[in-house]
Amino acid sequence: MKVSITVNGKKQESDVEPRTLLVHYIRETLGLTGTNVGCDTSSCGACTIHLDGEAVKSCTILAVQADGTSLTTIEGLAKDGVMHPMQTAFMENHGLQCGYCTPGMVMAAIGLLKENPKPTEDEVRMGLEGNLCRCTGYHNIVKSVLAAAGAK
Amino acid sequence: MIPAAFEYKRATSAAEAISLVSQYGSDAKFLAGGHSLLPLMKLRLAQPAMLIDIGRVKDLSYIKDAGSHLAIGALTRHMDVETSKVVHEHAPLLAKAASHVGDSQVRHRGTIGGSIAHADPASDLPATTLALGATYIVQGPKGQREIAASNFYKGFLESDLAADEMLVEIRVPKMQGAGWSFQKFNRRAQDWAIVGVAAWHRKGEAGVALVNMGSTPILATSVANAIAKGASISDAAALASNEADPQSDLNASSDYRKHLASVLVRRALEAASK
Repeated sequence: MKVSITVNGKKQESDVEPRTLLVHYIRETLGLTGTNVGCDTSSCGACTIHLDGEAVKSCTILAVQADGTSLTTIEGLAKDGVMHPMQTAFMENHGLQCGYCTPGMVMAAIGLLKENPKPTEDEVRMGLEGNLCRCTGYHNIVKSVLAAAGAK
Repeated sequence: MIPAAFEYKRATSAAEAISLVSQYGSDAKFLAGGHSLLPLMKLRLAQPAMLIDIGRVKDLSYIKDAGSHLAIGALTRHMDVETSKVVHEHAPLLAKAASHVGDSQVRHRGTIGGSIAHADPASDLPATTLALGATYIVQGPKGQREIAASNFYKGFLESDLAADEMLVEIRVPKMQGAGWSFQKFNRRAQDWAIVGVAAWHRKGEAGVALVNMGSTPILATSVANAIAKGASISDAAALASNEADPQSDLNASSDYRKHLASVLVRRALEAASK
C-alpha cells in the first residue's frame, strides 16, 4: 500500500505492506536507525517518536496508520548542527549511560514539556512512566528534563 | 515481532466501517488506536484477515455535555478524556481512570471505545464505566441500539457486540454531589492493575466495580446493596469479592486478590465519602 508520510520535514512516498510497523518503516525503509526497538511491546518507550507533534510508541502503530501524518524522530531535532535544548540538557547532566533508551527518552521528554512546560520533579517522573532505562539512570534523566524546562 | 499478514481498509465514517465489516464478517477487526489489538497481533494471539481502520472517523471523537449525562465518542483518546474540563467537572472518576491507562504515549493513541470493545477485565475503563452506570451505543447494519454497561461484558475479551456492530458512543451519567475514588494496585508504573477499584459514593448510595477480579469487569453489587442498607464502609467492603472470581497468576493468588479487593474497596469508599 502506498503511503505518504512527512518525516523530519521531508515528504516520503513509500510502498509498504499493511503489517509493517511504523518503527520498522522508520528504521528499515528510511534508514533512520536512531529510533530503537526495545521491548517491542509498547512498554519501554525506546521507539518513541512524535506523530503530528505528540509522543507515541512507533512499535505499536502500523505505517499505514501514519499515512498523511508528520513524524519527528530523534534525527529531526538538531537544526543546522545545533542540538535541541533537550539533547544539550541530557549531555550536560549526564542523562544517559548506555544510551539505548536515550532517543525515546528525549522524544518523550520533549512531548512532556510541550504539555507541561514547567513540571515538578514528580511530574517529570510520572510523565516519563512510559520509558524504561535499564541502566536505571533515572535520576540524571529527570535532572536533564528539569534543566531543559528551566532553560526555556 | 511482526503481525501475520492481513488486508487493510480505511473507513471514513461509521456507516462505511459497518458496511465493510458486514462484507468480511468475523475475519475482520476494527482498528482504532490499535493499542490493545496490535500487541495481540504481534504475539499472533490475534490474526484477523482484515483490519478496518476506523482511526480517521473524526466525527466519533468528541465529549459533549448532554444534560443528564456526558456523551463521549468511541474514538475519543484517553488523553482527551483525561484532560477534558467537562469530564473533570461531571465525571471526575472517569478522568482519573483514563489517566491511569498505560502511559502518556499510549494515551495519545488508545481510545475509550477501543478499550471498552476489547472488554479486557484488567483494563481500567470497562470497570470504571460499569461503576458509573454507563450506557454504550452500538451501531450495526440496522441502526443503533443501547446496551447497559452491566449487560455488555459476556466473558474474557467477549462482549455483547455482534461481529457487524461497532461501539460509537459512551454515555456516562453525571454524578451530582457524589464523591469518588479510583484505586489501582500494581507493581510497576504504567502496568495493568493486579486489582483495581472504581467507586463513587453519595448519601447511602454507592457504585463499585472491580478491575481484574474475574473474566469480566465485575460490578460489586453486594457492596452497593450493603451501603444502601446502611452498612458501615468496612462491613460493606468485606463483601467486595461476592460477585468476583479472580484467577491466580504470577502476580497474585486468587485469595490474595480477594483480600486486596476488600482493602481497596474500603479505601475507595472512605475516600469517596469524605
